[in-house]
Amino acid sequence: MLSRVADCLYWLGRNVERAENIARIVDVNLQLMLDAPIRESRQLKKNWLPIAACLGEDERLQKKQRRVDSERVADFLVFDRENPNSISSCLFSARENARTVRERISTEMWEHLNRAYLWSAGAGARKLYQNNQYGFFQNLKEICYLFHGITDSSLSHDERWEFLQVGKFLERAEKTSRVVDEEYHLLRQNGKSPSNEHLQWTAVLRSCSARQAYQRIYVSDVQASKVADLLILNKEFPRSIEFCVLQVDQSLRRLSGVLPGKFSNAAEKLSGRLAAELNFSSIEEIIAPGLHAAMDTLQVQLNQIGEAIFRTYIDPVIPEAPEVAAQAEAAQQQ
Amino acid sequence: MTTASSKKQPPLSKNPFAKYQLDQFFDEMFDANLKVRPHYDKLLRRFSQLAGDELEQRRLMADLSFLNQGITFTVYNDTKGTERIFPFDLIPRVIPAAEWAHIESGLIQRITALNLFLHDIYHSRHILRDKVISEEHVLGATHYRPEFAGFQVPRNIYIHVCGTDLVRDETGQYLVLEDNARCPSGVSYVLENRQTLKRVFPRFFRAYGVRPVEHYPAELLKVLQYIAPRGRPDSKVVLLTPGIYNSAYYEHSFLARQMGIEIVEGRDLVVRNGHVFMRTTKGLESVDVIYRRVDDDFLDPKVFRPDSALGVPGLVEAYRAGNVSLANSIGTGVADDKLTYHFVPQMIKYYLQQDPILPNVPTYLACDPTDHQFIMENLPKLVVKAVNESGGYGMLIGPKASKAEIEKFRGLIEKKPRNYIAQPTLALSRHPCFINGGFEGRHVDLRPYVLYGEKVSIIPGGLTRVALKKGSLVVNSSQGGGSKDTWVLEGNS
Repeated sequence: MLSRVADCLYWLGRNVERAENIARIVDVNLQLMLDAPIRESRQLKKNWLPIAACLGEDERLQKKQRRVDSERVADFLVFDRENPNSISSCLFSARENARTVRERISTEMWEHLNRAYLWSAGAGARKLYQNNQYGFFQNLKEICYLFHGITDSSLSHDERWEFLQVGKFLERAEKTSRVVDEEYHLLRQNGKSPSNEHLQWTAVLRSCSARQAYQRIYVSDVQASKVADLLILNKEFPRSIEFCVLQVDQSLRRLSGVLPGKFSNAAEKLSGRLAAELNFSSIEEIIAPGLHAAMDTLQVQLNQIGEAIFRTYIDPVIPEAPEVAAQAEAAQQQ
Repeated sequence: MTTASSKKQPPLSKNPFAKYQLDQFFDEMFDANLKVRPHYDKLLRRFSQLAGDELEQRRLMADLSFLNQGITFTVYNDTKGTERIFPFDLIPRVIPAAEWAHIESGLIQRITALNLFLHDIYHSRHILRDKVISEEHVLGATHYRPEFAGFQVPRNIYIHVCGTDLVRDETGQYLVLEDNARCPSGVSYVLENRQTLKRVFPRFFRAYGVRPVEHYPAELLKVLQYIAPRGRPDSKVVLLTPGIYNSAYYEHSFLARQMGIEIVEGRDLVVRNGHVFMRTTKGLESVDVIYRRVDDDFLDPKVFRPDSALGVPGLVEAYRAGNVSLANSIGTGVADDKLTYHFVPQMIKYYLQQDPILPNVPTYLACDPTDHQFIMENLPKLVVKAVNESGGYGMLIGPKASKAEIEKFRGLIEKKPRNYIAQPTLALSRHPCFINGGFEGRHVDLRPYVLYGEKVSIIPGGLTRVALKKGSLVVNSSQGGGSKDTWVLEGNS
């Protein structure tokens, strides 16, 4: 497969996943704000900034929005095309990715994404957002779920699928780590009163669609360490960081054909190492340096995997002439 | 109004064509007495049976289907990058078998002569030495590539894909308006229009014997494989696109998908040791044939435009070494130069000793002293075209132009006569189109797609483009044109 196509598929997976995560996080926080005893702009800004940070957009938001209120921030995160990580921008990019590899993905995938983008960029989406925010975010999330479903059942699970998976799960792991991290900031802002803490850890769970999973597993109050355990180390929950890293690692191994325990390139070396580290750690060990520091480290590790994939598959150093001839010869003998 | 003399004919009040006007043009569907032509008879009856808003509903259905499939193009010079669907008119253009046979033989004759011409001017130049065409006309053409004189193209084929624009005059005679011998586009619309019409009017097709067009990609692939270097049977064929911001990207992607070949951008290819490779996730993979949808100028920054970011450095060197084949070949632009066009009938006589089956539109050359004077005296009546522009750009339509525009062109022609030709304003044939809930005549042309490989093959019909603006003669999509499905019938009605 062309390297550029692999790159597009990787970003297609990432952009759809990113759009979905933003939708969920903004939705949950808009609802949370309704419960929170905060009305003033300064306080609101303090509350929204970590959320924007969790979407990687705090600096841009600070610059752009002097007066902060929930609606404006939400608009910035949902519709603003100048914000490259708004939901609209993500869907636009995803659709451009898909258009670029149109002949390499299924017609069903393309038409779904094209329709979704046209809807999101049209007046209908704005109207729904104004009249029924819940329905709006629900729609967006379903667009993304449906995309994954259509992909799963209409595209051969070959190289193309693996790159989509790698993009999707790297993005998801990264967002989960940011949501957990956000909690750290929010609790610092608002103090650790028990009601606050409960409200906000619940919001974290809902930001990761993990409320029901939590209840089923722990049958108890929402407790910080258990939430962290579920979102970081659970092996079955599809949004836990460990689950996502394992998926990335398995996809990379299917791409190279190298068995677990070994590696043939930098990408699977890093993914294998991180998967093993998570696998053989307890939650206490993970968050020993502090939740924030732990999440920071994880994000760095996830980024390194992404960079290694780029160097291995997308933009490797091309050897000069004599080696190429030998390599091309070798490639044809396979 | 008299229409077909069938007893099933709906009452006059319900006839959707009751108010249809011919305005003295040749109409594809009706003769001069507004009697429906036999090959449109069934179509007329079907349309008469549709309830008032049913057509409008089906039109919306067709538009939505194009939009959802992303069959859109971006308009040049539009900074917003707006995507539009290419307007599609529901009423198909119908061509009876005998008429098509005439067109087909004319096109085969023409492409054969054009290929012989290209081979000749890049080698012995007999036609120039025999003064059939003057040397400066050919060697002075912008798209003539002196670097390729003496170069042997694979299988001696220069133009593998040709889009030849045909029009009909007021008598209904088919004329060649221009040849597009570089990177003609639009064929994807031929296939998509057919698919859409089948979806919207499935019953129509059962009533008519319409010849299929769906095999175009397979035919194209055969051509591309045929020209592989050293006749390699398992050759790797790719389509080279300028990228997603090109207005024809949809088509590139469509054709690549239909042929099952890779679509590549310049940055995906590298040249090493005179061989072309593409960069894949498993390392470099060699490439044998490139169906390039990138103009000569942008192909290789080492040889042509050094600022081209779309091309592949070293590609021409690999091509010269015979390690990679290109379709179309480099240097075919001289054949669709509008000055060269004027001489195609002479070429046909010179190389094939035949009379042209499809005549040209009368053409005046601004660089010829007699013609020059005629052009200057008659600018308000003529259509002036820049010799190496396409897509409806660089054109003056005298009867519709302002005084200022005419004077501007007068200056341009004076400055560079070699760059301009003029033609009489044609009374292009018209075809009924569904407009604002009724039927109105609009001017149409026809672009068949000619493939030249082991033999010449042409899918029946081609793209019927229509100037949807009332009175307009410009059919280009960038200038308010639309298209129709084109039906070539198995029989004559």
